[in-house]
Amino acid sequence: MSSPIISIHGLTKTFPSGFTALKGIDLEIPRGEIFALLGPNGAGKTTLISILCGLVNPSGGRATADGHDIISDYRAAREKIGLVPQELTTDQFEKVRATVAFSRGLFGKPKDPERVDRVLRELSLWDKRDAMLMTLSGGMKRRVMIAKALAHEPSILFLDEPTAGVDVELRRSMWQVVRALRESGVTIILTTHYLEEAEQMADRIGVINAGELIVVEETHELMRRLGEKRLTLQLDRPLERLPAALADHDLTVSEDGWALVHTYNSRDRAAGISALFRDLDAAGVGLRDVDTQKSSLEEIFVDLVNTGGRA
Amino acid sequence: MNFHAIATIYKTEMARTWRTLFQSVVSPVISTSLYFVVFGSAIGSRIDEVGGVSYGAFIVPGLIMLTLMTQGISNASFAIYFPKFIGTIYELLSAPISYVEIVISYVGAAATKSAMLGLIILATASLFVDLEIAHPFMMLLFLVLTSVTFSLFGFIIGIWADNFEKLQLVPLLIVTPLTFLGGTFYAIDMLPPLWQKITLFNPVVYLVSGFRWSFYGVADVSVGLSLVMITVFLAACMALVAWIFRTGYRLKS
Repeated sequence: MSSPIISIHGLTKTFPSGFTALKGIDLEIPRGEIFALLGPNGAGKTTLISILCGLVNPSGGRATADGHDIISDYRAAREKIGLVPQELTTDQFEKVRATVAFSRGLFGKPKDPERVDRVLRELSLWDKRDAMLMTLSGGMKRRVMIAKALAHEPSILFLDEPTAGVDVELRRSMWQVVRALRESGVTIILTTHYLEEAEQMADRIGVINAGELIVVEETHELMRRLGEKRLTLQLDRPLERLPAALADHDLTVSEDGWALVHTYNSRDRAAGISALFRDLDAAGVGLRDVDTQKSSLEEIFVDLVNTGGRA
Repeated sequence: MNFHAIATIYKTEMARTWRTLFQSVVSPVISTSLYFVVFGSAIGSRIDEVGGVSYGAFIVPGLIMLTLMTQGISNASFAIYFPKFIGTIYELLSAPISYVEIVISYVGAAATKSAMLGLIILATASLFVDLEIAHPFMMLLFLVLTSVTFSLFGFIIGIWADNFEKLQLVPLLIVTPLTFLGGTFYAIDMLPPLWQKITLFNPVVYLVSGFRWSFYGVADVSVGLSLVMITVFLAACMALVAWIFRTGYRLKS
């Protein structure tokens, strides 16, 4: 495997108030990955990103961006990084093209109107290039902030809650933008509250809680390893209570008696399904339909946080 | 050195001046011209010469100094406070730019604006009164030093301020009174003996005196002392800015 583009070792942050936001984070992110950082409010997601981008000083540990230490070699490290913060912070009196060109210059790149125009086109901002930021919608402003972050051609892009407060259509449009960026070779680290977003987009997911990274797992592996499934058996006639012959199975009778619900873990309880069907047949319980549902990432996430990653 | 970043910030700040031409240039020129009309021509015509200079001409260096100080402070303080206020400071802090480069670009732009205004007001004043500049090089030296020093001071105020009231507090309650009491409109020897001593604690006295000397060759205090005072204030501001960036005061946690 090539060297990681982001490498974090023992990173800690304690604020002057005494609050410890990060308690020794270790993390490596390979080049070209989309990495999602999940966690409840105050878990340390934004603090972690802020340290890597130079907005907050770390208390301990070290981190590198594309091999450059973020403190001792901050210029080279920051040249590699683009940041889209959570808040829509823009100079309302600036024009779109001017503010994107400003960002490029700020990061030490010479003027390149063609590059700026290309970014604007890629983000569907071309028609708004001469518009003042104050005239744009929230979604457009979010795109402008991404354009600003990409203006200096970074190889790492941090997206802090990129779709917070945007509607479903725009959120899906943002996902397309992020995927296109990854295809162009940009490594993307995003934080999100929308767990569907992480599931849809991320190659790997890291769950952070109370300043600790409690799990880092490939998204599909996390789903497979931790995913609970719910088997709903639609009955051909209602049951008043669970037959005694089925008491060994984790079954509950629905309120109207027309269904039995069986919750199991796809990892280690698969063998129990065959036994369940045999016992249903032996008990004379007829089935009309069968339905399975995977637990959502949200449920997994809550489970992880509650068990400290041991789920 | 990130020259592209310095140039980008500098040009953006200067562009703000042209975008708000009336507020940035026309307004201070008009208000200072009113001083010339009221104090220089209307009232000044009834006042005797001061130190061998007509009263209208006497007040010109002080009024230019007033502009350099107030404009330097307001331009630099607003330039760094505004990104803090709207949140775009994140971009500055995450850019590959050193603190020295940040100061050079913001303070450089603010000092350029105030020096430019000082020269415009000098040109405007020459329409109202007969002016002579005995020591042009020293005049420019005082003009540049004062612009840079007070822009640096304004930069510090902009970082310190966490609301708009604080942004105005120091310029309105400290700098303006010190300027008016710093010999802009009078020579120190026109004051009662006790006040002649007290006024020497006002640092603006040294700036106005030195600047006026570069015009007419007359001064309340020695020119060397004036240069020392402005240099000391400049060094103090630089030390304070260095401390701010070393500690991240009000910028980084």
